[in-house]
Amino acid sequence: MEIYLLLKVLWWLLLGVLLMGVAIMVGMDMGVGTILRLVGRTDAERRVALNIIGPHWDGNQVWFILGGGAIFAAWPLIYATAFSGLYVVMLLLLWSMIVRPLGFEYRSKIDLPAWRSAWDWALFVSGFVPMLVFGAAVGNMLQGVPFRFEWNLASVYSGSFLSLLNPFAILCGLLAVSLSVYMGGAMLMNRGEDVLYRRAQRLVVRSGLVALALFSLGGIWVYFLDGYQLVQSPDPAIAQTPLQQVVERAVGGWLGNYQRTPLLWLIPFSVYATTLLGVAAARSGRSHLAWWLGALAWIGVIGTVGAAMFPFMMPSSLEPSHSLTVWNASSSQLTLTWMTGWSVVFVPLILWYTSWCFWVMRGKVNERDVASDEHAY
Amino acid sequence: MIDPLVVELSRWQFAATALFHFLFVPLTLGLTFIVAAMETVYVTTGRTIYREMAQFWGKLLLINFALGVATGLTMEFQFGTNWSFYSSFVGDIFGAPLAVEGLMAFFMESTFIGLMVFGWERLSKIQHLIVTYLVALGSNLSALWILVANGFMQAPEGAVFNPLTMRMELASFAELIFGHDAQSKFVHTSIAGYVTAAIFVCGVSAFYMLRKQHMELARRSFRMAALFGVLSAVGVITLGDALGFVGGHAQPTKLAAMEALWRTEKPPVGFNVIAIPDQQKMENAYELQIPYLLTPLVTRSLDHVIPGADTLVAQAKQRIVSGIEAVGALRALQDNPEDEAALSRFLAHEDDLGYGFLVGAYAPDQDPTVADDAAIERAARDAIPSVATIFWSFRVMVACGLLMLMFFILAVIYTLRNTVERQRWFLGASVLMLPVPWIACEAGWLVAEIGRQPWTVYEVLPTWMSVSTHSAGYMLFSLAGFLLLYSIFIVIEMFLMLRAIRQGPSSHRPTGSAGAAGETALAAPVRSAEV
Ligand code: HDD
Ligand code: HEM
Ligand code: HEM
Repeated sequence: MEIYLLLKVLWWLLLGVLLMGVAIMVGMDMGVGTILRLVGRTDAERRVALNIIGPHWDGNQVWFILGGGAIFAAWPLIYATAFSGLYVVMLLLLWSMIVRPLGFEYRSKIDLPAWRSAWDWALFVSGFVPMLVFGAAVGNMLQGVPFRFEWNLASVYSGSFLSLLNPFAILCGLLAVSLSVYMGGAMLMNRGEDVLYRRAQRLVVRSGLVALALFSLGGIWVYFLDGYQLVQSPDPAIAQTPLQQVVERAVGGWLGNYQRTPLLWLIPFSVYATTLLGVAAARSGRSHLAWWLGALAWIGVIGTVGAAMFPFMMPSSLEPSHSLTVWNASSSQLTLTWMTGWSVVFVPLILWYTSWCFWVMRGKVNERDVASDEHAY
Repeated sequence: MIDPLVVELSRWQFAATALFHFLFVPLTLGLTFIVAAMETVYVTTGRTIYREMAQFWGKLLLINFALGVATGLTMEFQFGTNWSFYSSFVGDIFGAPLAVEGLMAFFMESTFIGLMVFGWERLSKIQHLIVTYLVALGSNLSALWILVANGFMQAPEGAVFNPLTMRMELASFAELIFGHDAQSKFVHTSIAGYVTAAIFVCGVSAFYMLRKQHMELARRSFRMAALFGVLSAVGVITLGDALGFVGGHAQPTKLAAMEALWRTEKPPVGFNVIAIPDQQKMENAYELQIPYLLTPLVTRSLDHVIPGADTLVAQAKQRIVSGIEAVGALRALQDNPEDEAALSRFLAHEDDLGYGFLVGAYAPDQDPTVADDAAIERAARDAIPSVATIFWSFRVMVACGLLMLMFFILAVIYTLRNTVERQRWFLGASVLMLPVPWIACEAGWLVAEIGRQPWTVYEVLPTWMSVSTHSAGYMLFSLAGFLLLYSIFIVIEMFLMLRAIRQGPSSHRPTGSAGAAGETALAAPVRSAEV
C-alpha cells in the first residue's frame, strides 16, 4: 500500500502546481485588470492593454476552473469543507470573478465613454477582489478555519464572515495582489510600447518591492502565529478519516518543518532572489526575464507556505484534531491512480498548445492594430 | 441539525443558477459546429460569403459564450459551497469527471476560442479551420464529461460505499463513463444544443429575409441551418425516446411521475396524453388516455409490468425499514470499527443505506434509528417526486420537439425549392420559433432533475442531507445576490445580442469602406483581393 502514500504526496505536489498555475496565469490577467485604469489613460491605450491578454485570458482562467475540479477529484474533503466553510468569501470571489468574461467581451462593443468606463471599473474589481480573496484564503489556511466534523463526516462551522477577513488574511491578500500586478505589468511590457510600456515598467518595479515587504512581514507574523503539529495519526499509507488523529497547536509551530529540514529555507530565500532580480530586469527593460522571474517568485511564495504546513492542508481552529491533512483528505487510491493517468496524458498536451497560442500571438500590440482589427476587444 | 429552509433555498439556488447556465450552453454546443461547417465551405470553395457568414455567426456566438463561461464558473464551485456533504460523500467518483472535463475540454475550447477570434490574420486558412473545429469539439467534450457526472447522480454505477471513510468510493472508472444513462444523456443533450442553434440561425436569417437585408448571407445560412436542424430534430427525438427507455428502467419513480402512473395495472396500460395529477390522493383528477400505448412505448414489449406509484411507495417503505438497520449498524461501526456483529448487520442492509438516510428528515433529531411509523410513511410517499411538474414539463418538451421537427421539414422543403423568401408567413413563423428550443431544454432539465428527487444521488444520498450547514440568512443573501447579478447579466446580454443582430454582418467590416487606411499590413492584401 506504499503506492497510496506516494499518490497522496504526488497529488499534494500537483495541487501546488495548480495553485501556481492559477497564481501565475490568472493572476497575470487579473493584474492587468487591476492596473488597467493606471496604465491606460485613454480608451485607445486601455484597449491595447486588454488586447494584449485578449487572446489568452479565457484559456488562462481554466487553471482556476481546473483547480476546482482537481481539488474535487483528489481532495473531496477539502473541496467540501473549504468552499463551504469560507462561504461568503467564496461568493465574493465568484461574484467578482464572473464579471470578468463580460468585461472582456462586452466592453468595446459599444462606443460610449460611460459604458466603457463602467466596464473598466468592473475589470478593476474583477481583478483586484479575486486576488485579494485568493491570498486571504491561503492566509486563513495558515491560521486555521473554525470547522469540525460530525460522526458521519458532515462539516459544521462556527465563526463569522468578518473573522475570515482579519488583518493577517488581508496581508496575504495584498501580497497576492501585488504579485499579480507585477505579472500583469511584465506582460504589458512584453507586448506593449511607448507610454503603456513605461507606466507598466514603473508598476512592476514598485509592486515587486511591495510584494517583498509584505512577504517579509508575513514571515515575521507567522513566527508568532499558532502552528499545528500532528501528534498521533494512523499510518499515512492507509485510508483514514480526520476523526482518527490527535493534533496540537503551538506558537511558531509552522516553523517546525524548517527546523527539521533546514534545506527548506532555500524556498523562502528564493523569493527574495527572484523578486529582486526581477525588479532589476524590469528596470533594465528585460521584460521577458522579469516575467519568468516573477513566475518563480510565485512558485517560491506558494512553496514557502506548502513547506511550512505539510502535511496539513486545512487545519481546524475549532477542533484541531479534526484538521485536514494530506493523509486523511485525499480520495481513494483508485481515483488518484486514474487522475494521475489523465494528467500524464493531458497536462503536457495543454502546455504544448497553450505555448503554441502564445507563440502565434507573439509580437507587439499597438493602437493602430487594435483600431483596425474588427475582432479586437 | 439541518434546517429544512436551508435545503429549500439551496435547491432554489442550484436550480436558478443551473437553468440560467443552460440558457447559454445549448447555443454554444450547436453554433460552434454550424460556424465550423460554414468555415469548411469557405476553405474548400474559397467563396468569401462563407467567411463572412462564419465571422458573423461567430460574433453572436461570442456574446453568448461570455455568459456561458461566467455562469459555468459559479457552477463549478457550487457543489462545494452549497452541497458540501454531497461533495465529500461522492467526490471520490463525482469529482473525477469534473476534473477530466477541465483537462480535456475546457482547456481546449477556451484556449482555442482566443485564437478563433484573434487568429484570422495570423493563421493559415486550414489552421484557422482546425482551431474552429477544436473549439466545437472542446465544448461538446465538456458536455460529455459533465453529463457523465450527472449520469452518475441519476443512475449511480461504478461506486461502492466504504464504511471506514464513510463515503462512496470509485470501483470502476469504465462503468462510470460507459453508464447507459450517461451515454444517452450526452447524445440527447448535445443534439438538443444543435437543434437550438439551428432554430437560432433560421430565426435570425428569416428576420433578415423579412426585412430584405443581407439576403445572400441569410439565404445560405437558413439553408445550412435547416438541413442541420432536420437531422438534429430527428436525432433528439429518437434519443429522447431511448433516454426515456434507459431512464425509465434506472429510475422507476421518475417514469411513474412522467406518465402520471399512480397504480400498477395489468399490461398493456394506456398512455396519458393529458392528466391533472393529485399528489395528495395519489390519483389523477382527470385523464385523457390512449389505451394500450404506454407499455410498448416504454418497455418495447406488450407484457412488461410498469410499476405505478402505489407499488413504488410500498417498496420504499420496506427499504426504509431495512435502511434504518444499515444506519444503526454504521453508527456502531463508527464507534468501534472492530465490531463484527455490526459489520455483518451493515453488509446485510447496505443496499438500503440511502433509504435509511432518507427517513432522517422526518425523524426526531433527524436520527433515522428512532424514526416512527408515521415518519416512515411520509418518507415513503416522498419517494415519488412532484408528478404534476414532471408530467407537464415532459409534455412541453416533447411538444416542442415535434413542433420543431415539423418546422424543419417545411424549412427544408422551402429552402430546397428556393421559395423561402416568398413564404412570408413562414418567415414570420421562423422568428416566432426562436424561444421554442430553449423552452424544451429547460423543461428537459426540470424532468431530469426534479424527477430525480428526493435524491441527489438516486437511492444513495437524499437531497436533504446533501447541503452545507449554512444559516438560512447566508442562503437568502447568496440567492438574492445571484438573482440580482444574473438579472443584470441577462439584460445586458439580450441588449447586445439584439443590437448585433440589428446591425447585421455589414458592421463586421471596418467602419468606412473595406480596405480603408489603417488596416494591418497582413490583412490588407487578402481583403482587397476578396472584395
Ligand atoms: C450539456 C452541456 C453542459 C452542462 C449540463 C453544463 N455545462 Fe457548463 N458549459 C458547457 C456545457 C455544459 C459548455 C458548452 O462547454 C460551456 C457553455 C458555454 C461555454 O462557454 O462553454 C460551459 C461552460 C462552463 C464553464 C466555463 C468553462 C470555460 O471557461 O471554458 C464551467 C466552469 C462550467 N461550464 C461548469 C459546469 C458545471 C459545474 C455544470 C454542472 C452543474 C455545468 N457546467 C453544466
Ligand atoms: C445545466 C444544466 C442543468 C440544469 C438546467 C439543472 C437543473 C436543476 C434543477 C431545476 C434542480 C432543482 C431540482 C429540485 O430541487 O427540485 C437541480 C438540482 C441539482 N442538480 Fe441539476 N441541472 C443541470 C445540470 C446538472 C448537472 C450537470 C449536475 C451534476 C453534474 C447537476 C446536479 C444537481 C444537484 C447537485 C442539484 C441539487 C440537489 C437537488 O435539488 O436535486 N445538475 N438541477
Ligand atoms: C419528442 C421528443 C423528446 C423526448 C421523447 C425526450 C425525452 C427526454 C427524457 C425522457 C428526458 C429525461 C431524462 C432523464 O431520465 O433524466 C429528457 C431530458 C432532456 N431533454 Fe428531452 N426529449 C425530447 C425532445 C427534446 C427536445 C426537442 C429538447 C431540446 C431541444 C430536449 C432537451 C432535453 C434536455 C436538455 C434534457 C435534460 C438533460 C438530460 O436529462 O439529458 N428534449 N428528454
